[in-house]
This record gives sequence, C-alpha cells and structure tokens, in this order.
Amino acid sequence: MADDALHVEVVSATGSEWEGEAVQVITRTIDGDIGILPRHAPLLAALVPSATEIVTQDGKREVVAVDGGFISVEDNHVAVIAQYAEVAREISEDVAQRELAAAVKLLEEGDNSEETRRRYNMASAQVKAANKASGQGH
Amino acid sequence: MAAGLRELRNRRRSVTSTRKITKAQELIAASRVIKAQQAARAAIPFTREIIRAVSSVSTHAKSDHPLTVTKAERPRRIALVFFTSDRGMNGAFSSNVIKMTARLARRMRDDNVEVVRYSVGRKGTSYLKFRDMEYAEAWDGSSASPTYADAQRVADRLIQEFMLPCEEGGVDEIHAVYTRMESMLTQAPRARRLLPVEVVEGVREVGEGEVFPIYDFEPDAETVLDELMPLYVRSRVWFYMLQSAASQLAMQQRAMKSATDNATQLIDDLTRVENQLRQAQITQEITEIVGGASALEESSGNE
Repeated sequence: MADDALHVEVVSATGSEWEGEAVQVITRTIDGDIGILPRHAPLLAALVPSATEIVTQDGKREVVAVDGGFISVEDNHVAVIAQYAEVAREISEDVAQRELAAAVKLLEEGDNSEETRRRYNMASAQVKAANKASGQGH
Repeated sequence: MAAGLRELRNRRRSVTSTRKITKAQELIAASRVIKAQQAARAAIPFTREIIRAVSSVSTHAKSDHPLTVTKAERPRRIALVFFTSDRGMNGAFSSNVIKMTARLARRMRDDNVEVVRYSVGRKGTSYLKFRDMEYAEAWDGSSASPTYADAQRVADRLIQEFMLPCEEGGVDEIHAVYTRMESMLTQAPRARRLLPVEVVEGVREVGEGEVFPIYDFEPDAETVLDELMPLYVRSRVWFYMLQSAASQLAMQQRAMKSATDNATQLIDDLTRVENQLRQAQITQEITEIVGGASALEESSGNE
C-alpha cells in the first residue's frame, strides 16, 4: 500500500498550497467529476472552478478550492495547477459568501470583464469548498 | 574666512541628511528583496508544472494551437514589452532594460519590422513619453511587488494582440525584456520571445529507458491546450515580473549602499577640511593677538 500512495501537489501562482501523500483525489473537469486512485493512467485534464477533495492516507479529507486550471497525473504523481487555490480550512465561509454575492451582482449588472469572472469563479469554488469541509466535520 | 567655515558646515550637514535617506533606503530594500526572492521562489512549482504540461500536450495534440504557430515567416509587426521600475534609486536597473529594448527595437527596424511598445513600469513609460515615442499601452504601480492579477492583465492584453491578424493591427511576435535575478550580486537584462511559444523550450529531458508518458486528455488534447496556453503566457509574464521585482530591489540595495559609503567618505573629507580651516583660523587669531601685544609693548617701550 505504501508504494501505492499518490503524491499530490496543489500549486497556485503564488506557491505550493498543499503537498502530501494521498489515496484518492476527486475533482471536477470540464466533462464532470473525476476520481483519481493510485496507479491511474497518465492524464491531463482541464478543470472547472470547484472544490477538489484529497483523501489522505489516514482517512482525512482535505478540501481545496481551485478556480479552474488543470490536473496532471503521471506515475502516481498528481499535480493540480490553478491560478488561484486555497485550502478550505483557511477559507472564511462568510467572506467567501459575501464575495460570491458581490461577484454575482456585478455579473447581473452586465459587467462581464475577466476580472469579475475570475472573482466569481474563485468565490463559488471557495463556497463549495467551505461547505464540503464543514459538512464532513460534524 | 568665517564664511568659508559656515559653508563647509552647511554642506556637511546636508550630506549627513542625505546619508540618512540612503541608509534608510538601503535597509528597506534589504528587507524587501528577501520577500521578493521568496515570492519568486514560490512561483517556481507553478511555472514548472505548466511548462511540463505544455510540452507534453503539444507533443500529443494533432493540431497546432494558434499561440504556438509561427504567424509569418518574416514578421511584419512585433510587440516589445519591457519591465522597468516605478521609482528611481535603484542604480542602472531601468536604464539597462531601456538600453536593451532600444537595441532590440533598432535591430527589428533594420529588418523592416514595425515595433509596437508595451511598457510595464513608470520609468520606461516616462522614457518613451520624454522622447515622444509611441507606445500601445503602459502599466505601472506594481514593479516592486507584483501580484498575479497584474501579470494576468498584461498577459491577456498581449494574447489579444497576438490573436489578431497582422492586417487588422495584430502583431506577429511578442518579445519581452526583463531583468533576471542571477544572484544578489548579478542581475542582467534579458530579451526573450514570448509568443509564438517555442515549445521545445523547457521540455523535460527524457532519460534513457524512460518513456514519455502517453497521456489521456480530458476532454481532448485540443481543449486542454486551449486552457493551457493562456495560463502558460500568464505564468511567463508573472515570472518576468517577479524576477524584475527581485532584481530591482537587489540593485536598489546595492546602489543605496554605495551611495551611503560615498556620503560617509564625503563627510569625512568635509570634516577634515573644516577642522583644518578652524585650526588655521585659531592660529591666525593667536598670531594676531601676540603680534598686536608685542606691537603695543614695543610702542610703550619707546616712550
């Protein structure tokens, strides 16, 4: 089993957000949810803004919000690359909700700039991640 | 004589306060350069993974992505983006970049290529304005501590220019001039072609017996490449910005250190001259008093 662990690295533009051994990674690609287990075939997939779940070897669940990007799997090495990524534990749900509401309001007002879409993507991913993280905590 | 002394004293005072400023700037730069270096280091995994993914997708994708295709055998219009600082007091940082950009632009013009300039950093922009040179767009305010959003803004504008056909005002190639942080002691300006992407660059060495993994692509190679290419360009611009920021602060620290040293030297010299002058003045006064006293004595002895 020890040989069959996934080495997972979540990197954003500002640095490595999470790194460690895991038994499963669940994320959402353009085509839908995907789960990665050890010895997965080499894969490169484009992601949509989502909450990526990493199940560590001691059964803990790490949730990371990503604003898109892509995942690469190769030889039990998983890299999740996103421009912005944040570990759910560090996310304040209230702030994320407010940010999401602000972004939605801007979008509804017809502001369809790259900046606003980016804010919307990140905020929705953060809210999802925060929900997932708190949902399993109880 | 007294006036000369006062002037010297004033000058020494002004040099002393200048030294205080340069010393403070040196310390500020020293603490910020560490942060800038950490930021540059932190971005390495991101850049590395993207380059790796790009090289593996492009070896598999059947069709070429617009960002990797050479648009014209002989480029007609080239965009030149260069990264200078917003503020001075950092030695030759900005002028090195400006000089290299000018050299590059001259060479391009010699080849009958139109040059479109993009300036990142206030110093570069004011250089262009002062010489009445045209530029397409200028960004500033982020040279010492860039954020990824800054890089994204610049990169997206450049991609947009590149995607436009040359006939409609687009550019055939994009080159960037930035300063690479080799170490704390050496920072050198570099010119690189940003677009079209040279895919061979950064391809991981495939060792003997190691096969390049055959990837599955979700949904397919072309879509992944579409998602990947803008990210790649942004990560390049982000890399250039971080490198330039760290170089800028390192050069500032060095420039301010030598300014402080020069000021110290100057203060020493001025103090010495000032003391000499004061001594000479005292000696002269004594001589005058002694001379005056003996003259009085002589005149009283004559009576």
